[in-house]
Amino acid sequence: MSAQAAPMTPELVAEHGLSAEEYQQVLTILGREPSITELGVFSVMWSEHCSYKSSKVWLKTLPTEGPQVICGPGENAGIVDIGDGQCAIFKMESHNHPSFIEPYQGAATGVGGIMRDVFTMGARPVANLNALRFGSPDHRKTRHLVSGVVAGIGGYGNCIGVPTVGGEVNFDPGYNGNILVNAMCVGLADTDKVFYSAAKGVGLPVVYVGSKTGRDGIHGATMASAEFDDDSDEKRPTVQVGDPFTEKLLVEACLELMAGDSIIAIQDMGAAGLTSSSVEMADKGDVGFDLDLDQVPCRETGMTAYEMMLSESQERMLIVLKPGAEDAARKIFEKWELDFAVVGITTDTGRLVVTHNGQIEADMPVKQLADSAPEYTRPWTPTKPPAVIAPQDVDAPNSITETLETLMGSPHLCSRRWVWEQYDHMVMGDTVRRPGGDAAVVRVHGTTKGLAATCDVTPRYCTADPVEGGKQAVAEAWRNLIASGANPLAITDCMNFGNPERPEIMGQFVGCIEGMREAVLALDFPVVSGNVSLYNETNGAAIPPTPAIGGVGLIPDITHMADIALKATGETLLLLGEERGHLGQSLYMDVILDKREGAPPPVDLSAERKTGDLVRELIRDGSVSAVHDISDGGLLIAVAEMALAGGIGAALNDYDGPLPLQGVAFGEDQGRYIVAAQNSDAILARAEEAGIPVRVIGETGGDAITVPGEQPVPLQRLRDLHEDWLPHYMSSQ
Amino acid sequence: MKASVIVFPGSNCDRDVAVSLEAAMGKKPAMVWHGDADVPQSDLIVLPGGFSYGDYLRSGAMAAHSPIMRDVVAKAKKGTPVLGICNGFHLLTETGLLPGVLMRNASLKFICKDVLLKVERVDTDFTRGYSEGQVITIPVAHHDGNYFTDDDTLNRLEGENRIAFRYCDKAGATGGDANPNGSQRNIAGLYNETGTVLGLMPHPERLADPALGGTDGMPMFASLVEALH
Repeated sequence: MSAQAAPMTPELVAEHGLSAEEYQQVLTILGREPSITELGVFSVMWSEHCSYKSSKVWLKTLPTEGPQVICGPGENAGIVDIGDGQCAIFKMESHNHPSFIEPYQGAATGVGGIMRDVFTMGARPVANLNALRFGSPDHRKTRHLVSGVVAGIGGYGNCIGVPTVGGEVNFDPGYNGNILVNAMCVGLADTDKVFYSAAKGVGLPVVYVGSKTGRDGIHGATMASAEFDDDSDEKRPTVQVGDPFTEKLLVEACLELMAGDSIIAIQDMGAAGLTSSSVEMADKGDVGFDLDLDQVPCRETGMTAYEMMLSESQERMLIVLKPGAEDAARKIFEKWELDFAVVGITTDTGRLVVTHNGQIEADMPVKQLADSAPEYTRPWTPTKPPAVIAPQDVDAPNSITETLETLMGSPHLCSRRWVWEQYDHMVMGDTVRRPGGDAAVVRVHGTTKGLAATCDVTPRYCTADPVEGGKQAVAEAWRNLIASGANPLAITDCMNFGNPERPEIMGQFVGCIEGMREAVLALDFPVVSGNVSLYNETNGAAIPPTPAIGGVGLIPDITHMADIALKATGETLLLLGEERGHLGQSLYMDVILDKREGAPPPVDLSAERKTGDLVRELIRDGSVSAVHDISDGGLLIAVAEMALAGGIGAALNDYDGPLPLQGVAFGEDQGRYIVAAQNSDAILARAEEAGIPVRVIGETGGDAITVPGEQPVPLQRLRDLHEDWLPHYMSSQ
Repeated sequence: MKASVIVFPGSNCDRDVAVSLEAAMGKKPAMVWHGDADVPQSDLIVLPGGFSYGDYLRSGAMAAHSPIMRDVVAKAKKGTPVLGICNGFHLLTETGLLPGVLMRNASLKFICKDVLLKVERVDTDFTRGYSEGQVITIPVAHHDGNYFTDDDTLNRLEGENRIAFRYCDKAGATGGDANPNGSQRNIAGLYNETGTVLGLMPHPERLADPALGGTDGMPMFASLVEALH
């Protein structure tokens, strides 16, 4: 061991985020006191961020299998079959803590990290999405955070040249102290050219490629496993700095190497850098690693073993090569002007042995390091869902159309154009559905297939009732894919919650997982990858429970897909799915009545599936010209969005049913779609035959939204309200 | 027709433009590495969009000193047609093949959207497929597209009929919100003196396929094939 070993003190152990019990386990595993480097390695490997110690027991309950699944959770990203020997590889991941401290770099490196997870498996990234949640627009930090995060996402993705095609942006006071930046990447690979991280075989060269190692991001994983307080700004040095140019070179170099036959295993250096990549590769391959840190390319001099092992410098990968493949591989990386260094060898000792300056700085058993990470079944108390509020008991508005205008111009429903116009959403020449609709669609390059992708969750619902909210998040992702004409394939989840050591927070987590599980089973929509971000709290205030769902679907033929834009005048608008006028936890209550009350809308999963299957059939056989699912804001908002997208107005019929008008117009009942069609009779007949509630709600045409008994709302006025809020907000002081 | 697309570290529209060229030519263009000394014999050289060297210095400033650029400049001066799109336009100004500079957008933000362009000339190898004064839809995607040069140069460029495209509205007018980035005189694209070198910020390759929502970029590639076959 290193001569200048620091004495272990309880303070030092606590600073590394290890509990007294966890430290006892370290002593048992090693049979001695750890060196400072070893303490650092245990600290990051056993951090919540890397070990999932509070969440693992629950994550295991999520269904992860299906005939379409090639690889579920546990690898860098999930893989689903898309036919013709091709697969989609995707994952969503959080970069919440760093983005709050340093929004540009935090968001940028979030994008960089998730892309590495995807191309490390052999896929070319083809689409980026992101789910962003900010605090109240009135909060003093919000504008700065929006500006920095959006610029950071664009700055990274635009430079790499992967289109950012979709996502969602929310504002809610619950995120005032902890914003959420969840980045998703979808990649495309040949199924017989997928790479995994298991370093199987002894005596194989371990190669480091990419950027040099610096002192940035040390303890990033530990930071992401703790709450914030008033001094969080002091944590800025733990945020990494992104270099998208190097990542672009790394993508090209890795894909060039992958086209050959020299890779045994490959893994990106993400959270906990060299430590987690080497431990995970060795663990999965049942081998040991001898690492010689003197060979690691460093950005600065005098770095210690501790710093090198814990650095989270970006744009680095660890590769285990076939013996003798080093020279050919080196040529590729040198061509792309990237560092390439043989830093170690796989061994049969089962130990991670780290040498620096001739000294052994760490010598630890890989299996225990990886698999003996503590696992907690933390106490939890279920959230008691509020009572259902009948639509009749919710105040009616003075005017339906004025309410429409207010909602369309509110921060919650206004256009996100200001955001996505800062993202290159067209590069790669395959974006066949641009942002602004239900799901984005990228063509599978060189084919007529399409991959549809979406990000969804409604935190208001999850706060009120985590089980229904979890269910709804999965169902909405499924619905958005259906509305584009896709076969929903699988999801990735990004579980953002507060401090799991508080039973009520753990109860939210457990509830959301339960709801997600039900929906995943009912919709055959398995979870193939994901990430958990806990401790999203500042001064004891937790974020709303936010299980963000990233869904991916396959469109077999992009000439048979749908979008939300109305295409022609004189078409019939039909509503498919059951109307109940549910207003509890609706945006109508939140924005217009300033109340968040009642149970969220329930999701009837069997009706969901039945309705979705019909809608997809209608799209495939060309029976409908536009499709939009009904989500936040309800039916009238969905109609308005379809009208604005197509530049064609709509006139709604008189409603003669039993529900109050506020419930019909703004209720957020789940499992519903609006379709536009020339031949409504056929659709009415098919829906009735399938037992799906259906109603003609109006007709397309004109240049206004017309509601019986009220002044028409000109589309131009609606467009101005809808488009102006965000740019105006961002340009004001 | 033989075309070469130069690939720099950080180019990211090289494949996109190759797809459009192949669709027009019926064969693949050569992809030429920035470190090579010579461009193979070509009827057209394309400098693609992207972020060469990350645009960490001035956009295009590093790539302009790539070994291949000496030959590109030499061939351009001898009359080989050169098309520079976005980052390729930056390179053309950095190497002096076209005058002026492209500054940060007036909004200081990256802008990705469809814009309307007025085709100012239809007598070059790049634009014969368009009609006089035609307004076309082509996307932009850039952070640094704000064309600037001194007034004398601007007057000279206009006098020499060297403006290729201007940002405009539906009627072809250049006022109001038509200008997305603050470019002087709404300049979106420029020719050299002989009309054989074209630099433009918008990406014609991004709307040259009906599946992508438009085909207004297609006539540019068709015109080149027609002229240079």
